[in-house]
Amino acid sequence: MLFNFKKTVVAATTSTLLATGAFAGSHALSGDLVIFSDMSNPAPRAVMEGMIDRFGAMHPNLNIDLTVIDRENMKTQILNFTSANAPDLTNWYAANRMIPFVDAGLFEDVSDLWAEDEFVNNLASTKGALTLDGKQWGIPYTYYQWGVYYREDIFKELGLTEPTTWAEEKANCGKIVASGRACYTIGTKYLWTAGGWFDYVNLRTNGYDFHVQLANGEIAWTDPRVRQTFANWRELIDMGAFVENHQTYSWQESLPFIVNGDAAAILIGNFAVAPLREAGLSDDKLDFYQFVSINPDVAMAEDAPTDTFHIPSLAKNKENAKEFMRFVVSAENQTLINAGNALGQLPINAQSAVDDDEFLNQGFAMLSTNSPGGVAQFFDRDFPAEMAGIGMEGLQEFMVFPDNLEDILNRLETARADIY
Amino acid sequence: MSATTQHIKAKPLWNKQKLMPWLFLMPGILFFAIYVIFPIFQSFNISFYKWSGLGEPKYIGLKNYVKLFGDRAFEISLWNNLKWLVLYLLAIPTGLAIALFLNQTVTGIRLYKSLFFFPFVISQVVVGLVFTWFYDPTFGLLNTILTSLGFAPLNVLGDPTLVTYGIILAGLWPQTAYCMILYLTGLNTVDPDQVEAARLDGAKGLRMLWYIILPQLRPATFIAFVVTVIGALRSFDLVSIMTNGGPFGSSRVLSFYMFEKALSEYGFRMGYGAAIAVVLFAIMMVFIVYFLRAMYKQESEPR
Repeated sequence: MLFNFKKTVVAATTSTLLATGAFAGSHALSGDLVIFSDMSNPAPRAVMEGMIDRFGAMHPNLNIDLTVIDRENMKTQILNFTSANAPDLTNWYAANRMIPFVDAGLFEDVSDLWAEDEFVNNLASTKGALTLDGKQWGIPYTYYQWGVYYREDIFKELGLTEPTTWAEEKANCGKIVASGRACYTIGTKYLWTAGGWFDYVNLRTNGYDFHVQLANGEIAWTDPRVRQTFANWRELIDMGAFVENHQTYSWQESLPFIVNGDAAAILIGNFAVAPLREAGLSDDKLDFYQFVSINPDVAMAEDAPTDTFHIPSLAKNKENAKEFMRFVVSAENQTLINAGNALGQLPINAQSAVDDDEFLNQGFAMLSTNSPGGVAQFFDRDFPAEMAGIGMEGLQEFMVFPDNLEDILNRLETARADIY
Repeated sequence: MSATTQHIKAKPLWNKQKLMPWLFLMPGILFFAIYVIFPIFQSFNISFYKWSGLGEPKYIGLKNYVKLFGDRAFEISLWNNLKWLVLYLLAIPTGLAIALFLNQTVTGIRLYKSLFFFPFVISQVVVGLVFTWFYDPTFGLLNTILTSLGFAPLNVLGDPTLVTYGIILAGLWPQTAYCMILYLTGLNTVDPDQVEAARLDGAKGLRMLWYIILPQLRPATFIAFVVTVIGALRSFDLVSIMTNGGPFGSSRVLSFYMFEKALSEYGFRMGYGAAIAVVLFAIMMVFIVYFLRAMYKQESEPR
């Protein structure tokens, strides 16, 4: 799918020429800017197109070409287009997902951007996620919190309050199960949802640094601390906390359970709020709490995956691409594209305003004040791709057959020896 | 006419007859070479390397193959492929049975035939989705029926021991229709005189089928066998749609595993993927060689 934006940009330009004339006179770019984007879902796509309209209006002589690639297809196509016929900008993910491209020299080092005042002052929180080998390889444009989204009305009905400790969590869950419901809905057909559970139980049991070491292959899967994580997780599994047959459902297919009230909560990213609202859960029925603390000695750390832009090394118009990056991270643009009526996520610029939304507010507060341990990306972004694939398969098996744990851990340990 | 003129005339004719077929075949051969033959050798080559698809491939000799033998996921895929191969062949007798049943002249038979043929026309993706909903452990038709009959509900696609059979059953639906249509056309060519003669000799029922009809259907059986075996070995779409290889990899087949290792989100191991592809190719080659030989023999037989 190729969407040529030249026309739109020209149209937008004529209408706003007077307004932006002064600015365009001094900074205006010319030439081309080719962007490959994976923002293919309706809302992200509108955001991407909106950004190009506004950027185009600022630079009337710039030809912007946008190609929107399906988000899943992007994951394989990026291999091809970064090594030949590269665009000037491409979407991708932060953290270890960048490694293959950085190692192969296919991503441009943009450390100079990160040395600029705007980045130093307002983007410090995501700098780590974009850093490999002490250099920065791209810029973030949005991130979102993970946590427990629960049915407020069911909690009220059963007289439950938001738990903060593992004991409270289990007590709550016991009551929910006794009422004939599952505590959590989950769909593990595509595996990564199980990765979310492992991340949280592990972050709370062993902490952020342990998560990073495990992801980097520095800790054996058969380590007693890893076993402790699984033992904690198993307490919930043995209670019947999770919906049955979750291995046959995608995360979307698992939502009806919480919507129908067969499950009381779901551990997922903020992207699930939109479909849950659409399915009829208004804000008085749906609420959010931070995943409870398990080991009190461990600082709270969260999963907050960051989506990014990168410049391929083979790009032809790198200066134009960098200017677009500055535009993307600017406080004003960040406020606009992460608003509830756009992406509905969190802005990465500290000067941006968070849209007044129940879940965005709670997520923002949680990540800015109550995540002292650090911010992880996600199981399948922090672990190398192959380890993540094999690992999440083991996690799914564990959720269905907890007794297979020994076998699973040995298998993961063999994979670890092989992959790193 | 003198001998010289004949000679002059004959030579271009000989050339034409030798050359023209090749000229006509040229585009096909060219594309076949570029898109099929060349990639086969390329895969062989890549399977000796460790390569992420980016950067420089590293030569590691036979290590990818050595690793395959210790890889449990590969073993599961291989066994599943075997299950596919054996059970998929059920499409041939079922297809024959339906074809025999439909091979009669009643009002509306064309409609019945099209209805039976329908699953082959719709895309495999749709077949996969239909069966996924049928098997759905919570809302699916299968469990509604099972529980109303007093049986325990089944989660076919979530049970590592059942899942492959569940997918094969879904695959049999369109494949049976395909075999049926092959046999229906075959039945049209059955010689009525022979059937008449056999009837006079007192042949009926199964004996008629076995000794008179089936031998005449041999070409149809052969083609049905070929397409079913190839279909079983390249089963991919249904696995990908219905289970994504799961639960925990228990429904993988070789083609799916290859895709996962080399091209999927968690793959990027081109060399290893290529090694799986080579193994699959070797298995297919056994059948392909057999088919080609059989076809060659058939064609060189005097009619």
